[in-house]
Amino acid sequence: MSWTGKILRIDLSAGTCTSEPLNMQWANDYMGQRGLATKYLVEETDPTVDPFSPDNKMIFATGPLTGTIAPTSGRWSVVCKGPLTGAIACSNSGGFFGAELKNAGWDMVIFEGKSASPVYLDMTNDQAELKDASDLWGKSVWETETALRERRGDPDVRVASIGLAGESGVLYAAVVNDMDRAAGRSGVGAVMGSKNLKAVVVRGTVGVKVNDPMAMMKTSNAAKEILAENAVTGEGLPTHGTQILMNVINEVGALPTRNGQDVQFDGAHDIGAEAMAEVRESDGQSNLVSNHACFGCPISCARRSKIDPTHFTVKDKPQYQGVSGGLEYEAAWALGAANGVNDLEALTYANFVCNEQGMDPISLGVTIGAAMDLYHAGAISQEDTGGVALEFGSTEAFVAMVEATARGEGFGKELGQGSRRLCEKYGHPDFSMTVKSQEIAAYDPRGIQGMGLAYATSNRGACHLRGYTVASEVLGIPEKTDPLATEGKAGLVKAFQDATAAVDSSGTCVFTTFALSGEDIAPMVDAACEGDWSVERFVEVGERIWNMERQYNIAAGFTGADDTLPERLLKDAAKTGPAEGSVNRLNEMLPEYYESRGWSASGEPTAETLGRLGL
Amino acid sequence: MQITFKLFAGLSQYLPSGSVRNSASIDLEPDETVHQFIHRQKVPSTEVHLVLVNGKYLSDAERMDYVLEAGDTLAIWPPVAGG
Repeated sequence: MSWTGKILRIDLSAGTCTSEPLNMQWANDYMGQRGLATKYLVEETDPTVDPFSPDNKMIFATGPLTGTIAPTSGRWSVVCKGPLTGAIACSNSGGFFGAELKNAGWDMVIFEGKSASPVYLDMTNDQAELKDASDLWGKSVWETETALRERRGDPDVRVASIGLAGESGVLYAAVVNDMDRAAGRSGVGAVMGSKNLKAVVVRGTVGVKVNDPMAMMKTSNAAKEILAENAVTGEGLPTHGTQILMNVINEVGALPTRNGQDVQFDGAHDIGAEAMAEVRESDGQSNLVSNHACFGCPISCARRSKIDPTHFTVKDKPQYQGVSGGLEYEAAWALGAANGVNDLEALTYANFVCNEQGMDPISLGVTIGAAMDLYHAGAISQEDTGGVALEFGSTEAFVAMVEATARGEGFGKELGQGSRRLCEKYGHPDFSMTVKSQEIAAYDPRGIQGMGLAYATSNRGACHLRGYTVASEVLGIPEKTDPLATEGKAGLVKAFQDATAAVDSSGTCVFTTFALSGEDIAPMVDAACEGDWSVERFVEVGERIWNMERQYNIAAGFTGADDTLPERLLKDAAKTGPAEGSVNRLNEMLPEYYESRGWSASGEPTAETLGRLGL
Repeated sequence: MQITFKLFAGLSQYLPSGSVRNSASIDLEPDETVHQFIHRQKVPSTEVHLVLVNGKYLSDAERMDYVLEAGDTLAIWPPVAGG
């Protein structure tokens, strides 16, 4: 406890579903979810495997706190080798699916092989069966989830599925659960599609047992109290959501705009949290309808939105006129500022399409931004784009590209390959805002130096969630550091990376760390699980996971030379704002980072470091 | 002698009526510090968390000392975060 001690192994080639015991030694060393699933992947697959090969495995994983009374215990992850990057992929999702899987009695589901025809996995507690999904192939996430819910006749089943993007191999396809919660990054949905697996349906009524129920209640209640009283988790996030950052990051001059040509966007105010709450003239309603919570979450940061029914994107399209998952900051930035588009309703529509067809809005938006850059430079023309004038800031062109990518039509097929491949094909690799082939997130490393190091060293390619130093550098959590300084950032990035790896492996949400520390989270793991889970052990597990992921990537062919940033961020200075005249000074931080990690000067963990961590 | 004053999130109610896009142009008083200006605008100090002048963060102590100049942009948020 509170591991269920059981893994479900699905051999899609043979069509079998087999239960096996969880390796408890690995559970003790890697906790759960991100860490534990990666350990299984490392042990069971060749890191050089083609991500779309049947030999690549895909793991749906919960953490020891998933499905418990711990706050934000709805988290689960999808782990595999990622097709966008060729690196380790671990995408974390919320909603209710993960808790349902845990309540069905499973710590993880390992998918291996490839089905000869489309199937879905149908689960109720310890019963699991692969069923024909031929009639669902070609359907969206929304259609699939609705159909499977009706087929089961049980409104409480939970569904995780792929849409057209996962089926057609869009390299940043997502696995979507509960209609609009997504394991979004690195193309895990495309791996699911490559295995001919359309969906997983689960109903769980077994419950989750914890090691010390009284201690679990006490530690969880203490954490909930802190979350409720904290101004960010108790008020800021539930009221405004992540979108409140749009104007913050624009003011500090770190909002990557028009494919990184600028660091501030004059349309930022039109697409942030304040704009979502404004009443529209057309229908007297606001874009924002309400907030929304995942399983067991007292923060409720998610947004529910309704698009203006008169907007050109949804006119005569009733499926988009209802209330659905609204814009988060990352999506609004990538779909908006990265393309110079400031039409909030169009961005919300694009976000709906990402949920509907299972695409990562960050990679989609940044890739369209790269295409606009190519068009602006004359490297592509309307002959390439299917007649679309792909100008920065054109809402119509942007929407056309979103729809083409979702359907895998025309130029959309090329956009579905991501920014790095697109820019290389058209002779401008320098236009690609990627690290290890994954698109950057909503913080410009010229204005927030530590995020440059975090992007460059992220094990799954550019990512804000592997080491969110923005918390310190901009927001002052847990303490304020200067975003334009490089001093101290190596240690800061390492600390955030290790702590995040631990939280991601626990089954709770990293957003709790705006208020909670390891001192609050480790006691919940300690109450839930056997053994002594001290804060020190909790953080050490995080560091072990980080180094294990690093070792996987090295075995997959990555080197220290891949720990870099897009050329534009290293050579083209910011034109405005506090960072005007600055580039990211990665070279001042990277050697110190390697040293603080106990890695060689070329970025490889030393034997001593591996030994210390039991690797 | 005006500055651009921006209040975001739940603070926008403290902007003068008629403000647009969370922003207003407001006259400065002679040698007015950030702290004095915020106090004059009746923004509750308990809700003032993130204070940026021309995009640069000011600590509590710096707000007491920094004298605003014409053309400055002062932007303030209550405690917020995202990701």
